[in-house]
Amino acid sequence: MAGPSPWATHLSHAGPCSLAALRTAWLRYPNLLRRYLFSTDHKVIGLQYAFTSLFFLLVGFSLAVLIRWQQAYAGQPLPLLTLLVGEVNAPGGIMLPEFYNQLGAMHGTIMVFLGVVPLAVGAFGNYLVPLQIGAPDMAFPRLNLASYWFYAAGGVVMLASFFVPGGAAMSGWTSYPPLADFAPQGQTWWLAGMLLLVLSSLLGAVNFITTIVQLRAPGMTWFRLPFFVWTQLITSFLLLLAFPALQAAAILQGMDRLAGTSFFLPSGLMVGGQAVDVAGGGSALLWQHLFWFLAHPEVYVLVLPAMGIVAEIIANNSRKPVFGYRLMVYSIFVLGFLSFTVWAHHMYLTGMGTTISAIFQATTMIISIPSVIVLSALVLSLHGGSIRFNTPMLFALAFLPMFGIGGLTGLPLGLAATDIPLHDTNYVVGHFHYLVAPGTIFALFAGIYHWFPKITGRMMNETLGRLHFAGSLVTMNLIFFPMLMQGMAGVNRRLWDGGAIYQHAEPVLYLNVPMAHAAFGLALVQVFFIVNLFMSLKGGRRVTANPWEATTLEWAAPTPPRAHGNFDELPRVYRGPYEYSVPGMDVDFLPQHVPDAKAGA
Amino acid sequence: MEIPYTSEPRPDTGLTNPKIGIWLFLASEVMLFGSLFSAYALLRMGAETWPDQSAVLSVPLATLNTVILIVSSATIVLALAAVRAGRIDAYRRFMGLTILGGAAFLVVKAFEYSDKFAQGLVPATDNFLALYFTLTGLHALHVVGGLVVNLYLWGPGVRMWRTDPARFTGRIEVAGLYWHFVDVVWIFLFPVLYLL
Repeated sequence: MAGPSPWATHLSHAGPCSLAALRTAWLRYPNLLRRYLFSTDHKVIGLQYAFTSLFFLLVGFSLAVLIRWQQAYAGQPLPLLTLLVGEVNAPGGIMLPEFYNQLGAMHGTIMVFLGVVPLAVGAFGNYLVPLQIGAPDMAFPRLNLASYWFYAAGGVVMLASFFVPGGAAMSGWTSYPPLADFAPQGQTWWLAGMLLLVLSSLLGAVNFITTIVQLRAPGMTWFRLPFFVWTQLITSFLLLLAFPALQAAAILQGMDRLAGTSFFLPSGLMVGGQAVDVAGGGSALLWQHLFWFLAHPEVYVLVLPAMGIVAEIIANNSRKPVFGYRLMVYSIFVLGFLSFTVWAHHMYLTGMGTTISAIFQATTMIISIPSVIVLSALVLSLHGGSIRFNTPMLFALAFLPMFGIGGLTGLPLGLAATDIPLHDTNYVVGHFHYLVAPGTIFALFAGIYHWFPKITGRMMNETLGRLHFAGSLVTMNLIFFPMLMQGMAGVNRRLWDGGAIYQHAEPVLYLNVPMAHAAFGLALVQVFFIVNLFMSLKGGRRVTANPWEATTLEWAAPTPPRAHGNFDELPRVYRGPYEYSVPGMDVDFLPQHVPDAKAGA
Repeated sequence: MEIPYTSEPRPDTGLTNPKIGIWLFLASEVMLFGSLFSAYALLRMGAETWPDQSAVLSVPLATLNTVILIVSSATIVLALAAVRAGRIDAYRRFMGLTILGGAAFLVVKAFEYSDKFAQGLVPATDNFLALYFTLTGLHALHVVGGLVVNLYLWGPGVRMWRTDPARFTGRIEVAGLYWHFVDVVWIFLFPVLYLL
């Protein structure tokens, strides 16, 4: 990468945000802009997604640290806080409940929609899918560019909402009406931001599916696709077909808030002791149906790419084909399909009726089968392997039990009888954090360590990587396991005082303090990662094009892959993706693009 | 390196990239309108009273609009046929008619809206009108989007006919598919909102 310094200094001399300066810069440095900001190359867009989503992960995580501090030390002044979030939100260093609610809603929103999904799909998918299928780029490069900028715009709108009167959205990441219909204007910004993000993922999904269907290299038949590509394909279908439900819901809520309709407002609604002056006749349940029709497939959007990354890394580092490749592919097809049929298991408490609950219980139990198949196949892939315990592999290995805990703790939530006492408690929070934090985010970290040498031609530091891994694993468990315990004791989620208001919470409240300390610890160990990432860009050990001795096509491309085109010449594919330790071979890996004659015995 | 199959179909799938792309996009649109239609069903099923829809709205105007959209759907097919036959003048004529059709639809819609507003019927009046304005408003936005694309393909976009006729033909086909979709949505909206 060429140093963009002339462009940076030019802007700093020109003063802030002057259009004329931008124009001059455009005329003077059109190449730099086209290369780094408005490139249509899938790799550049992938990296834009990567850096933006990592930034948002950091923002979302910072909000979580504030939440943990507040739960442990509710009502105690923290002078630094006023400095950070202003007198309005924390007068005298004491966090106001209204601001606490914003933290909760925006932590969820930012982590899911601006952090994890864009990193898993926008960054990893964009960078790797064309490389792994042997394509020169995505099928629609300009659509790809538009997708990134809609995402960035959505992110800006979400962040800006903190600064509007009344602050950001504060009705939970689920934005349930009627509450959300009457929230301050930050909620409208949330809806607008969501529309942009859904638009972005729609364009991305169209692009991914078309790319995978159309641009596979010669010989890259369907069952020679790396498992990661399969997960991206299914994920894209989920994005394509589930997200419009949220779009519809956001439009309806926007109408409620701006045009005075009552889609989600029932007749006779009282707010603050006053009858609300609306036509009424709406249904709060309608929002929940539309929202969860999106948000349950969304869970699999978070999970599938992680499974894909882990499969690639486990095959590569155990020097063995993944166990049951076809079975895994079929499983995620079933998973993708069934994910559209389980949404109302989030709604057992709404009084929608026991018959409907029974149906959704059944589908929910069925969907656990393909998930268990994939996880078991990944565990079995280790059996008899010759395992390399490097940083990406450690993260991938930790993914298995952590994701397992997340999955198993989900079963009681899928059954109405056990969900009723656990619903809306910290148990739920613990459950899905096990899936997403030491589950998906670990897989994403694994992916960063694994593909960094392909992107930069340098290795990330192994010692720092191990410190990052061990520290994150310990602290995450210290944060999320107590949540399960608190939830079993009946402590509700989203409480400003961490549960102190409830007598029955008393025996488990002390856990809030170690959880907060673990959260600070988790923040500290991320420094290892950040330092490692930026140090290794310039100072990492140089490596060749295929340092992990991997088989899939991205390692056949030069390092870094060629701008606009990826490969020196388009590869031809001769075999499946995981030909490791083939008996009778001199080397223990057989890349997909090497002809049989050259592979030799 | 060129991206393959932008205008030639890939042999094993038999499709070009834009064609797959537009079908996927339309699938997503089906889910968007489908969500709104199910919102309509849920709210109407749960409502204690529901206005007589055809008494509130103007069935003659909507019938006129239905005819206009169906005709414009036919003219865009003729435009595609003209491009395929290499008759670019005929293409511009039929595409021009399609655009006029879309514009006429919006004009009629504007009359309908302003008539409702004049009677004091707004989205906040009741859930039927809320659904009516939301659904037809979103549909009208889709018409506007189609008009922008069609105008481009009728005007400056025609240049591509000389440089890359195969790709230009593909564009007309894709624009046509989208326009048919807009038409089909209206064909669902018309009975659901005006007649049922």
